[in-house]
Amino acid sequence: MSNLDTIDHMIDRLGTDLKPVRRLRPPGVRALLWLAGVAALAGVLASFADLPAIAHRLMGAPDMWLAVLGSTLTAILGAAAVFHLSVPGRSPWWALLPVPSLLLWVGASGMGCLRTWLVPGTHDASMGEVRICLVFIVAVSIPLSALMVVMIRRACPLRPNLTAATGGLAIAAGAASLLNFFHPYDASATDLAVHLLAVAIVVFLNQLVARWALAHRRRPFSV
Amino acid sequence: MNSAASGGGTDVDRLWSARMAAAQAGDRVAYEALLRDCVPHVKRIVRRTGVAAERVDDVVQEVLLTVHRARQTYDPARSFTAWLNAIAQRRAIDDLRHRGRQTRREIADDTIYAAYPAEGATPEEAWEEGGRNEELQSAVARLPHGQREAVEALAMRQLSLSEAAAETGRTKGALKVNLHRALKALRDRFDRAE
Repeated sequence: MSNLDTIDHMIDRLGTDLKPVRRLRPPGVRALLWLAGVAALAGVLASFADLPAIAHRLMGAPDMWLAVLGSTLTAILGAAAVFHLSVPGRSPWWALLPVPSLLLWVGASGMGCLRTWLVPGTHDASMGEVRICLVFIVAVSIPLSALMVVMIRRACPLRPNLTAATGGLAIAAGAASLLNFFHPYDASATDLAVHLLAVAIVVFLNQLVARWALAHRRRPFSV
Repeated sequence: MNSAASGGGTDVDRLWSARMAAAQAGDRVAYEALLRDCVPHVKRIVRRTGVAAERVDDVVQEVLLTVHRARQTYDPARSFTAWLNAIAQRRAIDDLRHRGRQTRREIADDTIYAAYPAEGATPEEAWEEGGRNEELQSAVARLPHGQREAVEALAMRQLSLSEAAAETGRTKGALKVNLHRALKALRDRFDRAE
């Protein structure tokens, strides 16, 4: 059978396999739906948190609320980026969208570390407390990752690694933002390092999940 | 028709977009017509990306599979050609990377069989066999281009006359004549040497 016959044969088979499909919602809408899931989880966690104390702590120093603003914006822009990257024909430059907010997040956290060195009497996190931060970010990332995987399943990311890394960043940033409900201490170098480690772990796990999902993706038929 | 399909906003792009929208609704005729129309366009993109000629049809099939699997992601308000181009370029790059990895893992040596004589040969026979192979290769290399081409395709690679004709662009008759002359030249050369 010549190659042209094989292509013709494949087109016939694809035609036979054709079923009506429901069009994917626009990336912006899907990003908002995912963020609504994060907001719902935030609502549940907020019901267990001391909100006035959190507000007082965040307003105590600009780096505190700038860091929260940075992580929240990274989650929002990362979500917008990942749902655009999951559709063929959209620019890979979307992956850069969360970078400025990521810099704000890391920069403000770094400023917080400087403050804890310079200002006496600040309560920086102990090793036991930063370990809890790590576990919290990774644990909260699991339902957020599951929700994102379900929402991306019907899309077709042509750059699976880039999409997974951007998704991992959005998820980790969302989890780090939620951590502020239970984070009653100032940033320290160890704290910042642990947050970055947690982000790296979540990004790495997302890459593994993306590879697994691609390997187990069903072909319409065997050719 | 397909030569016009290099960007969005053209008549072809609008036609393809309408056909894909119909395919999303389950219209098999529109879908098959769309895929058949797209094949030459996809081939051009795959070739332009640098995929080897013998791999182009395999990559085109991968592109068609991806189009089928991703058809729900196409938004008829946007250019179909841009959507298709992205898939075709990506699959071509995936193939180049895959081939690159394979080439790094595997070592190809056309002369490897000539360097290892048949099992059971004595050292003297092996030496002679190795020497004869080298002589034969050097004699073939000195043949005129047309004759060398015929020997390589028909005698060494064991292609059929039709396959060799398709590959070299020569007629079957010309190949037969060239092979005949080449074999005669080689026979004369080795007879003289003995």
